[in-house]
Amino acid sequence: MSIGWYLAVSAIVFALGAVGVMTRRNPLVVLLCLELMLNGANLALIAFSRMWGNGDGQILAIVVMTVAACEVTVGLGMIVALYRRKLPIDVDELRELQG
Amino acid sequence: MSAFLFFVAAIGAISGAVGVVMLRNPFYSVLALVSHLVSLAVLFLLLRAEFVAAVQVVVYAGAVMVLYVFVVAYVGGEGDTIGERLHGAANGSSGAALRLGGAVLAGALLVELLIALLGTGLEAVGRYGAGYAPGPHAYGTPAYIGKLLLTRFLLAFEVASFLLLIAAVGAVVLARRRGGLDEDAGEEARITPLDLLRPKHTGTTAEGVGRRAL
Amino acid sequence: MSTTAWAWLVLAFPLAGTLVSAFGYKRLPRRSSGWIGTGAIFLAFLCAVATLISLQGHTPEHRQIVSSLWDYAKTAGIDAQMSILVDPLSVFMILVVTGTSTLIHLYSISYMEGDQGFCRYFSYLNFFVFSMLLLVLAGNFLLLIAGWAFVGAASYLLISFWYRRTTATKAGIKAFVINVVGDVGLVLGTYFIFKHSGSLDLLRTFHAADAGTLGHSGNGDLVAGCVLLLVGAFAKSAQIPLHTWLPDAMEGPTPVSSLIHAATMVTAGVYLIARMHPLFQLAPAAQDVGAIAGATTLFVAGTIGLAQTDIKRVIAYSTMSQIGYMIMGVSIGAYAAGLFHLMTHAFFKALLFMAAGSIIGAMGGEQSLQKMGGFKRALPFTYAAFVIGGLALSGVPPFSGFFSKDEILLVTGEQGGWHWVLYVVGYAGAFLTAIYTFRMIFRAFHGEPVAEARELEAGHLHHAEHPTNPATGEVEDTDVGFPGPHHTTAERAMPMKVAMGILAVGAVGAGLLQIPKTDFVVDDFLAPTFKDAAAYEPHTRNGLLWFGLALGTVIALGGIALAYRIWVQRPAIAETARARFRPLYELFVNKWYFDELIDALVVRPFAAAGSFARDVFERRVIDETIVGGTTGVVRAGSAAVRAVQSGFVRYYAALLILGVAGVGFYFLLQS
Repeated sequence: MSIGWYLAVSAIVFALGAVGVMTRRNPLVVLLCLELMLNGANLALIAFSRMWGNGDGQILAIVVMTVAACEVTVGLGMIVALYRRKLPIDVDELRELQG
Repeated sequence: MSAFLFFVAAIGAISGAVGVVMLRNPFYSVLALVSHLVSLAVLFLLLRAEFVAAVQVVVYAGAVMVLYVFVVAYVGGEGDTIGERLHGAANGSSGAALRLGGAVLAGALLVELLIALLGTGLEAVGRYGAGYAPGPHAYGTPAYIGKLLLTRFLLAFEVASFLLLIAAVGAVVLARRRGGLDEDAGEEARITPLDLLRPKHTGTTAEGVGRRAL
Repeated sequence: MSTTAWAWLVLAFPLAGTLVSAFGYKRLPRRSSGWIGTGAIFLAFLCAVATLISLQGHTPEHRQIVSSLWDYAKTAGIDAQMSILVDPLSVFMILVVTGTSTLIHLYSISYMEGDQGFCRYFSYLNFFVFSMLLLVLAGNFLLLIAGWAFVGAASYLLISFWYRRTTATKAGIKAFVINVVGDVGLVLGTYFIFKHSGSLDLLRTFHAADAGTLGHSGNGDLVAGCVLLLVGAFAKSAQIPLHTWLPDAMEGPTPVSSLIHAATMVTAGVYLIARMHPLFQLAPAAQDVGAIAGATTLFVAGTIGLAQTDIKRVIAYSTMSQIGYMIMGVSIGAYAAGLFHLMTHAFFKALLFMAAGSIIGAMGGEQSLQKMGGFKRALPFTYAAFVIGGLALSGVPPFSGFFSKDEILLVTGEQGGWHWVLYVVGYAGAFLTAIYTFRMIFRAFHGEPVAEARELEAGHLHHAEHPTNPATGEVEDTDVGFPGPHHTTAERAMPMKVAMGILAVGAVGAGLLQIPKTDFVVDDFLAPTFKDAAAYEPHTRNGLLWFGLALGTVIALGGIALAYRIWVQRPAIAETARARFRPLYELFVNKWYFDELIDALVVRPFAAAGSFARDVFERRVIDETIVGGTTGVVRAGSAAVRAVQSGFVRYYAALLILGVAGVGFYFLLQS
């Protein structure tokens, strides 16, 4: 399969992740969709790395995965803290930055 | 054969993604993501990135998703159907128009990307870089990745490990129980996560304009 | 020491006196401020005498000396320096000013004794003298204007000296506003002259005028400039139509009236016209304006003086009238005569005011002639002073007023043409002067002694039960800002007696300086200043002279006799005259309705404009439209922008995706 197919899959996954980020209300699921987008980007990276034949893309994909892991950790920690303070677990309700 | 595998994996990935977005129960979303991740690992394998595929399964699907599962089990939460979400749920959620608009925007993005892709005539992306040459240091093997990590991308490697450390510490600090604070205190004692990061004697903008603190 | 060094010292001493009194009033013992002030002016007087002696040491061609301390501003087209001009005219003026000021300061030490503002008074008085000296010594237009303005400010400070009295503060404001109108005229006039001369320096301007480079005679700009200078002169010298402030200025303490409104400030206008004579000679129209205004004033003031009942206001109107003589004199070219009259007038007018202060002290603050009478036995010294001053004022020989007034009228008559009208008006005014002056004296001192006089004869000075404002009769306090509880008469206070005595000698003897056909001290002294004056012919008077002298004597004595008949022998005549000539009487008593006229023509329109500006323009246009509009626009704009920060994370994410899509679109279009 030519690289183009992989890139198409990557684009679709990325867009789906974006739709999910925009539409879901549960912050957990929003984070999940964020993961989707990251994975889509990863796929594109690996595909291009394969195309050019050097390992830069793969290294970057590993780094992206690391970053994703960190971000998930922190995000889930915040959600747990939210839950502990009995605040609504709903992105629409958390509007402190308004104004 | 590889084409067949590609399509299987691709369909698995996309359906997993769709499942994440559409499924109501967050737990199901997590499971859908896990399947998506595994499909993606297969795609990576097809792209001669063995190490990355292994890392994907072990770290991402193995560790990160397990963490997710735990948190979902703890927090839980109901989701809405996609129809409710797009047109505003019964509990008067604001920003319904935003959701629809956001979805449209994401669709626009997709269209753009596809146009970009197809517009090139798939020629620029039609090559294969590395031939198949098995060996211990071939493209995509762990040895290859390791060599790159420790020579050319040493700084990135070190920074990434530092980042992991920070994230771990941060997560612990964020989620720990504050001493002396009752969990079922009244409304007045409710503080947001931002309260923890805020210095004493400062307030939120919302409080400033007269709205009660959340 | 050089002449100019003495002249600078003349300026320095009063300034030093002001500052010492002003800043040291807490440390110095109270009465010392009076002696410091008097001493400073006395030293200035001595320096003035030294300047005179030193100046006379030069040859007549070199008696106009300019001395400059430093350059104030020297840019393209303007040369402003701190320079003084020492010449016979300025030395004459500083001698008159410092001489009379010393005596008035001396008088004030007793007069203002019980006042809580004693130190403030002497500080202001010294400041006034300094300003007046600056005015007359100024060597360029800049310092002249500065001195002019300072004098106006000092006048305001001193008129409203008893600042807790509303009448006094209103009078001070009135004086200051009218003086400012004059200041504007002066500055604009300076501009018109400067436009052609290119220099602010007085001597340079005059040389240009004489040489003809300033423009031909009757040049429009010059006439305009001189007329504007006249506006300034009229405001300062209380000539019609800018005279309404002078009677109200009697709200100030009597020594202030004596100094400012008799001897010095009101003569500034006369000095200005005399100083600017080269310019006036190039603008005959302006000279005519001055002469007519002077003549009008002297007549109108005389008629008003006939009907006034406040003793100080009678003297004030007589000042206005006499200044009218001086203005008329210097406008038609009788410079030496006009200035000689300035000097003699300073003596006898200051004397009259001081005597008025004495009798007001005897009355316990009351100033109305209707309440006075028969003080002849109780206040002999004051009576003598009044009589001497009155005789000098009326122009009875051999008192000084006779010689000076008649000299002015003589020059007027000699010029012929339409100046005969001025001649006749001048003698008519002299008749009126004699009448109202002696009306005042007879009413106050002759007749049955009033209660206060009898008290005084018994040796006890009358004190009013409650101190009252003499103008309105309202009861007031004796605290700071009001006159103190102490008042005295000349008979009881030696400083007052000494001052009045010296002035009386001057009033009697100053005429000796310029006896016609015999000696020409003033003429000769002032000759170097006026060497380019057209009508300055000091030694050629004849024919009209004897006629004038005789007429003057007859008119003065006739006026006194008429006053005696009416107010001593048959007071009923005054009543019947008042009844028969009711409209005329009303006109005189209401001061020819000038106050009402100015109120209707000037004050009301300005007040209306001010109300309009405040209510309509300020509120509607500025506050609501401009300021409110701007803030409204900003507020609306920021409200619109604020909507971006909705707090929804989703919204921000949408913006992000929109941005990415946009960028991608852009790159898509590029390729």
